[in-house]
Amino acid sequence: MSKTGVSVRPAPRRARLWHDERARGVILQLAVVALVVGLLAWFAANAVENLRREGIATGYGFLGREASFAIGVALIPFSPANSYAHALLVGFLNTLLVAALGIVLATVLGFIVGIARLSSNWLVSRLALVYVEAMRNTPLLLQIFLWWDVLRLSAPQPRAAWQPLPHVFISNRGVYFPVPFYGPLDLWILLAAALGLAAAVLLRHRARRRQELTGKRLPALWLAPALVLLPPIAVFLAGGAPHLLDLPRMTRFDFAGGESVTFEFTALLLALGVYTAAFVGEIVRAGILAVSRGQSEAAEALGLRRGQVLRLVVLPQAIRVIVPPLTSEYLNLTKNSSLAVAIGFPDLFSVGSTIANQTGQVVEVMSILVAVYLSLSLATSLAMNLYNRRTALVER
Amino acid sequence: MALWHWARSRLFGGPLNSLLTIAVLFLLARGLAAFVDWAVVRASLTAANARQCEAAGGACWAFIIDWLRFILFGRYPYAEQWRPALVLAIFVALLLVSFARLLPARMLAAVWIIGLAVVLLLMHGGVFGMPVVETEFWNGLPLTLILAVGGLGAGFPLALLLALGRRSQLPALRALSVAYIEVARGVPFIAWLFLGLIVLPLFLPPGVVIAKLWRAEVVFTLFIAAYLAEVVRGGLQAIPRGQYEAADALGLGYLQRMRLVVLPQALSLTIPAQVNTFIGAFKDTTLISIIGLFDPLQDVNTALNDPAWRLAYVEGYVFIAALYFAFCYLMSLYSRRLERRLAPARR
Repeated sequence: MSKTGVSVRPAPRRARLWHDERARGVILQLAVVALVVGLLAWFAANAVENLRREGIATGYGFLGREASFAIGVALIPFSPANSYAHALLVGFLNTLLVAALGIVLATVLGFIVGIARLSSNWLVSRLALVYVEAMRNTPLLLQIFLWWDVLRLSAPQPRAAWQPLPHVFISNRGVYFPVPFYGPLDLWILLAAALGLAAAVLLRHRARRRQELTGKRLPALWLAPALVLLPPIAVFLAGGAPHLLDLPRMTRFDFAGGESVTFEFTALLLALGVYTAAFVGEIVRAGILAVSRGQSEAAEALGLRRGQVLRLVVLPQAIRVIVPPLTSEYLNLTKNSSLAVAIGFPDLFSVGSTIANQTGQVVEVMSILVAVYLSLSLATSLAMNLYNRRTALVER
Repeated sequence: MALWHWARSRLFGGPLNSLLTIAVLFLLARGLAAFVDWAVVRASLTAANARQCEAAGGACWAFIIDWLRFILFGRYPYAEQWRPALVLAIFVALLLVSFARLLPARMLAAVWIIGLAVVLLLMHGGVFGMPVVETEFWNGLPLTLILAVGGLGAGFPLALLLALGRRSQLPALRALSVAYIEVARGVPFIAWLFLGLIVLPLFLPPGVVIAKLWRAEVVFTLFIAAYLAEVVRGGLQAIPRGQYEAADALGLGYLQRMRLVVLPQALSLTIPAQVNTFIGAFKDTTLISIIGLFDPLQDVNTALNDPAWRLAYVEGYVFIAALYFAFCYLMSLYSRRLERRLAPARR
């Protein structure tokens, strides 16, 4: 009994803990972590038991073994005698190839669609809208199948081959297109182009300095492309203009010369590019609309011409809005390229699933695939965060 | 007069614009004429094979008519196909009731749950004298709808938890949520489907077998949840600090603050993005055809294996594309309407 008559009895321990927000947070986190760890441990224990029963060896040792399957499309030499690891590398390069070309195609088409959507011409903007809606509301896999079947089932005999562009042929044997011959002059032409590019960059820098100091403008905009283009052309002509394109020619039964790609590659590339272009178009449109009208009106009031308004005021601001979603769209395209497995184009994923089928090392192969795709996407989002930090508007 | 004015400004404003309009009109007229010629004028509604259609020079709708029940219901026992047909009718009714907003939200949720239970009962059978049909034969459009609706229904609560976890003050919860979301989104859906199909059984105790359909459903749910979580997080981030502080000042606890103040705003703010995610997920259901489940796309591919119809692939794919387009376009129209309805309140 205390003298003051006020006894402060501590509340029961449990109740007090529950009313302390910090303690509650710790308890909640411990519980969730325990649950997750427990679940993973249970999975792992089951997996070990299952693998032991079926007598499957674990580990990544199989990567060094002979692949003993052929890959139809390979950027680096590959034969069935090479290792599984080598096969995965071939698949990865194929993924990068189709993704890179697909990104170029989607960007070019997408900017055209995005700008067409904003056209003041009603017909043009409606047409672009129809394109966007048709692409966005139908599954990509379906579009891949459609392109593939059009090519392999409806393409004519080589004699009657389709010719979508000059010297590009599509027959039921494949898609043929011209490539430049390789010659000893190539190196010099590249060097000349590099020098021209360096000169152009330097010129631009000087022009900007001079404008800031004196207010006078050098015609850098016109000079720069000339600097980049003229030296290689000069070298080419000085070398006697030996280069010609290696054109595909019709022989008795098939085409010879040039380069050819499979229907699987072409179908995947076209489907990815044409599908993603719709999304890119909407991103471009939203980016341009995001720049408030006041900006272009103010620029016009300053006396800038129409082209200058777009180049100096609207585009720099639109790009800031466009780039982050555009990058994630590029990432989507790269991930979507794994649909190659449905039509048998040997990208990383389909090579991986072939290996998984052949060796039974499903967990290991899948872990490699997950790691590769994950690092691609994490690297991209890291780069995006840096970009955002650099270009984000600084407000108060 | 107004029309003339409109045409002057939107179609023939300046020589370049006029030229563009005329060129587009010309191409459009030719394209449309060719399409109508193919799809209607020369189309064959009855034919024994694709060669006969080709002779007629137009679309081979005979293929679709011949194979319609297989495309819609796959290998579901032929005599029992009234059940998946009824299921489709139930889904359409549920969607209409939701779009027309005839019921308050809580009632609507109850109606959906009852509807889904009836759907599963109808598909499975075993009562009222309906023979049992294994999930292996739940093919075609009902499969797509069950997968999509089930995935969204189960994925949404998970997405809320993940989004709240990612925005939480508690470091362990935040780290787990971030890891889950980034890993799920960083890898293609088809890779997760393969994992679910081949690797998941490995992680279960020996002897436990889960049907392919439900494995796909689990993977689908987990996958959508990650994408939805990011959408919801965007909404949570857009709510001004003042709202949180006001809720604090009223003495609301974490759950009350989220349930009564923050989430209602965050969710309605992100409706368009949510619907876009739904549409993407709905289209992604076609990927189950790669792992050997019979969705409408796989049904068409199977039907096209019939040598008699191999060349009718355009008609088959166009039909499936139209199916998907109808669903997805309706969803996006609905989202636009919702957005407009919510817009004045947001300001």
